[in-house]
Amino acid sequence: MIENGIGASVRRKEDQRFLIGKGNYTDDINVAGQTHAVFVRSPHAHAEIKGIDCSDALAAPGVVAVLTGDDLAADGIGPLICGVTVTSDDGEPHRAPAHPALAQGKVNYVGDHVAIVIAETRAQARDAAELVDVDYSVLPAVIDTGSAADSGQPQIHEVAPDNVCYNWPFGDKEGVEAAFAGAHKVSKLDLVNNRMVTNPMEPRAALGEYNQGMDEITLHLTTQNPHVHRLVLSAFNQLAPEHKLRVVGPDVGGGFGAKIFVYAEELVVGWACRKIKRPVKWNGDRTEAFLADAHGRDHVSTAEMAMDENGKFLAMRVQTQANLGAYLSTFSTMVPSYLYAFLLAGQYSTPLIYSEVKAVFTNTAPVDACRGAGRPEATYLVERLVDICAADMGLDPAEIRRRNFIPVDAFPYQTPVVQCYDSGDYPAALDKAMELADYSGFSARAEEAKSRGKLRGIGLSSYVEACGIAPSAAVGQLGAGVGLWESAQVRFNPTGNVQVFTGTHSHGQGHETTFAQLVCDQLGVPIENIEVIHGDTARTQFGMGTYGSRSLAVGGVAIARACDKLIAKGKKIAAHALEAAEGDIEFVDGNFSVAGTDKAMNIAEVAFTAYVPHSYPEGVEPGFDENAFFDPTNFSFPAGTHICEVEVDPDTGVVEVVKYSAVDDFGRLINPMIVEGQVHGGIAHGVGQALLEGCSYDSEGQLVTASYMDYAMPRADNLPSFDIDYAPTNPPDNPLGVKGCGEAGAIGAPPAVINAISNALGVRHIDMPATPEAVWRAAQQAAAVSA
Amino acid sequence: MYEFNYRKVDSVAAAVEAMQQAEDGKFVAGGQTMLPTMKHRLASPSDLIDLGGVAELTVVNVEDGNLTVGAMTTHAAVAASAEVQRAIPALARLAGNIGDPAVRNRGTIGGSIANHDPAADYPAAVIALGATVQTSKRAIPAEEFFTGMFETALEEDEIVTSVSFPLPEAAAYMKFENPASRYAIVGVFVAKTGGEVRVGVTGATACAHRGLLLEEAMGGELDASGIDSVELPVEQMNSDIHASAEYRAHLVKVMTKRAVEACR
Ligand SMILES: Cc1cc2nc3c(=O)[nH]c(=O)nc-3n(C[C@H](O)[C@H](O)[C@H](O)COP(=O)(O)OP(=O)(O)OC[C@H]3O[C@@H](n4cnc5c(N)ncnc54)[C@H](O)[C@@H]3O)c2cc1C
Repeated sequence: MIENGIGASVRRKEDQRFLIGKGNYTDDINVAGQTHAVFVRSPHAHAEIKGIDCSDALAAPGVVAVLTGDDLAADGIGPLICGVTVTSDDGEPHRAPAHPALAQGKVNYVGDHVAIVIAETRAQARDAAELVDVDYSVLPAVIDTGSAADSGQPQIHEVAPDNVCYNWPFGDKEGVEAAFAGAHKVSKLDLVNNRMVTNPMEPRAALGEYNQGMDEITLHLTTQNPHVHRLVLSAFNQLAPEHKLRVVGPDVGGGFGAKIFVYAEELVVGWACRKIKRPVKWNGDRTEAFLADAHGRDHVSTAEMAMDENGKFLAMRVQTQANLGAYLSTFSTMVPSYLYAFLLAGQYSTPLIYSEVKAVFTNTAPVDACRGAGRPEATYLVERLVDICAADMGLDPAEIRRRNFIPVDAFPYQTPVVQCYDSGDYPAALDKAMELADYSGFSARAEEAKSRGKLRGIGLSSYVEACGIAPSAAVGQLGAGVGLWESAQVRFNPTGNVQVFTGTHSHGQGHETTFAQLVCDQLGVPIENIEVIHGDTARTQFGMGTYGSRSLAVGGVAIARACDKLIAKGKKIAAHALEAAEGDIEFVDGNFSVAGTDKAMNIAEVAFTAYVPHSYPEGVEPGFDENAFFDPTNFSFPAGTHICEVEVDPDTGVVEVVKYSAVDDFGRLINPMIVEGQVHGGIAHGVGQALLEGCSYDSEGQLVTASYMDYAMPRADNLPSFDIDYAPTNPPDNPLGVKGCGEAGAIGAPPAVINAISNALGVRHIDMPATPEAVWRAAQQAAAVSA
Repeated sequence: MYEFNYRKVDSVAAAVEAMQQAEDGKFVAGGQTMLPTMKHRLASPSDLIDLGGVAELTVVNVEDGNLTVGAMTTHAAVAASAEVQRAIPALARLAGNIGDPAVRNRGTIGGSIANHDPAADYPAAVIALGATVQTSKRAIPAEEFFTGMFETALEEDEIVTSVSFPLPEAAAYMKFENPASRYAIVGVFVAKTGGEVRVGVTGATACAHRGLLLEEAMGGELDASGIDSVELPVEQMNSDIHASAEYRAHLVKVMTKRAVEACR
């Protein structure tokens, strides 16, 4: 076996530079002549702009320029776009209001961009920004998700009557209704999926440089997908032609989805640097991150399940109102539709599913993908509903799941909601998780807790998600404006070391290590001789970036395909050098050898020969450098069962997560240590959503949770030590046998936690975040009912 | 942050003088409240007078039945002080649970009580222990020191120099943390000193205060059996996204019971 190959927990190569403080984040980059930008943002949730007076700001010390929406419009830049079309029930595409990068006549949320102030120093820009005099006429605001489309609400956009972006019915309505009519029992649940601020550690930033000689713009951005940024900024925002625009996503300090999107600040900085012919840097502060990063989730739903007398699921019906915020962020429309409704089957063989999603506008920050994107919302709804079904049928939550799981022999399994799951063994993960969690010992632990005055509860969550985003034809049919393949280039240098160029982007995931392991394993090159390069449109061929746990499942396969090509070419070169027939050449552990002989040649020697082709096979090109594009044929379907155990202090409502067990099916693991880290982070994120994180606006649209003094993030002492194991299956639709692991924890955890709390309290439901006060009130009520 | 003049002084007298000369001066101690406020442009003092170099403000000693803690003593120093741990262990624990290590290594007792954040921890201890706040001008009894939300009896140019705590027979602090900021949603300090039981409450209302109703229910003893039936004035309680007034009132009683329990 190859050292540091697939399956080895290699320490992360990239950590060296991070640990010695030599990472290279956007704000670390400073260029000669650089200016500093500050954005003037709306303090109102909804207001007309009567006028903007920039004269005092322009006269302030150090100010280079103050630009507004009028300047942007005059230069024909923008507006920002949403890249996925969802067809509404009237047959029309979703309502897409203009999204100017600097407000034109109106602001629609607190934090909306009104002007950019550029000065010699950041402090001067800040001072001058306070002098920009915007005359607002404040309008009543729409904030609440559930009532945003009610009649009599203020209207945000003319093109979207009743603040509706789309009404999207999906599934077999009549079939579902018939099944409900004939059902033995119907279980029903109203639930909210709480809005989250995505909170990557590094706030967003942009540095724009204009090279007048070449008429080229270079934009350093906090991006998860530099080529997507370049494509959108060129094709749709008219910033510069693609070949005259370079986008670099250097080291990026976390994304979790929030750095996928093309933001106003990025476009404006790119445009402004050309306009003033000087570099412009904008470095967002934490408050701006809270106000103006795309938020996540924010659904209000009703879910119903029809069952037969054995608790078999006959049909499911879902109604969801989803908040998209004030404008459509880049991929917002697809999150509560395709990424949500297509996962509503969960792990179950429910034959009929019907959902209606109403997406609404409100005077809040735009909402888009956040770790899991649609799949956490679907999983939370399904896994909460399944617990309600268990309660209504008098079945153990594990038993009702078991009765309804898609059987192991049914794969590939076509769900009634588009997705076709290629592999899975749901009972295996459940069994293993129950063992890991000592499910059968729970009642004894609950008794013991009771003696200490604590209420102990246990909750399961059996999730499935769709990763490896995505087959281009499939997403094209649905209305996506892009293909979702991935590309790779694997280049040997003459001295035998390797540069791997990937179109994915690492912002914490450890690609520089995982992908190097892939290449090491396949080509037999020592890992220290492999460098993985990403994040720069001028260095990597093309790529669609990193989100939806796609990097390994799609980008990894592209790398493997490029390696295949190198091996094929290497066989020709080796055959010539070793004076053998090409068909007799075997490639094992980095050596080309003639079958049945000891004649062999190392891949580094082959690479050297390819660059110094003094004696070389006829018709073969010199060079040892191949690229490949891979378009998946299917999504991948990570799945698993998570079991959470909590103790509730009924006197205060404080919930302690005392035990957490997760058994996941991620297919093949390349680097188990990195996977475990992703699982840990995901669970923390999910526990955070369930217990702590609740993004909250007041009725006037002021963000109440605009700092860490009010927005609670999970910390180490909110979490127990996790018990983690795997129950892998081999996905036939993925050539590497991998599925993706970056979002699973955030998807599996919230229902496990809430199921555990409901179990502890003996209540039907409690909404997220289950704050101490909410839990205390629920405990009081439960006590009153049982008294 | 707006521009300001930075003044470093080495004595209380020099600090007072610098303040009197400044147009709109502010003292800075650990800066853990002052600097974030300035960073957010919510404060714009003309002069910042740094008390960090004033040696006379860092004493910690026990004399004549009093623990005296100099105003510039950091939370970390109080937590780690063998003298505090011996004299009033509950105070050392309180300090050791303020904020995070960075905050504890910079933030000071003087800054904390001068700032009087309604969710700060120290005020509950100062009140329950019947401490005296020594300033550059006078000695102020605890109950007269905290006058309202972010308000104290201090005058503009008055510096807290130390806080003197009479040594209690028993004392305990129970804090119900805000899950986000980890300040006190409610904090209750119970102390028995010279035979008298006192309760100091922070976080619950606009102003740290003595829990007189709670003390009454305890009848001068460390006895929590009557706490449940106390009717606290809900309308005076703070209410925010983290805790309603009703919940806060409830938590005051729970934390009081737990503090009494911990005293025994
Ligand atoms: C992240 C974070 C978490 C925190 N968590 C908690 C917590 O859990 N519990 C808690 O109680 N506190 C908490 N704090 C506040 C912390 O305890 C601060 O240290 C304290 O509020 C102020 O002390 P300071 O020494 O930093 O004062 P500074 O910030 O320097 O000053 C605060 C105010 O007091 C004035 N002042 C300072 N010293 C004197 C003096 N000697 N005489 C007169 N006026 C003076 C200043 O002029 C200023 O107005 C937290 C702070 C942060 C940043």
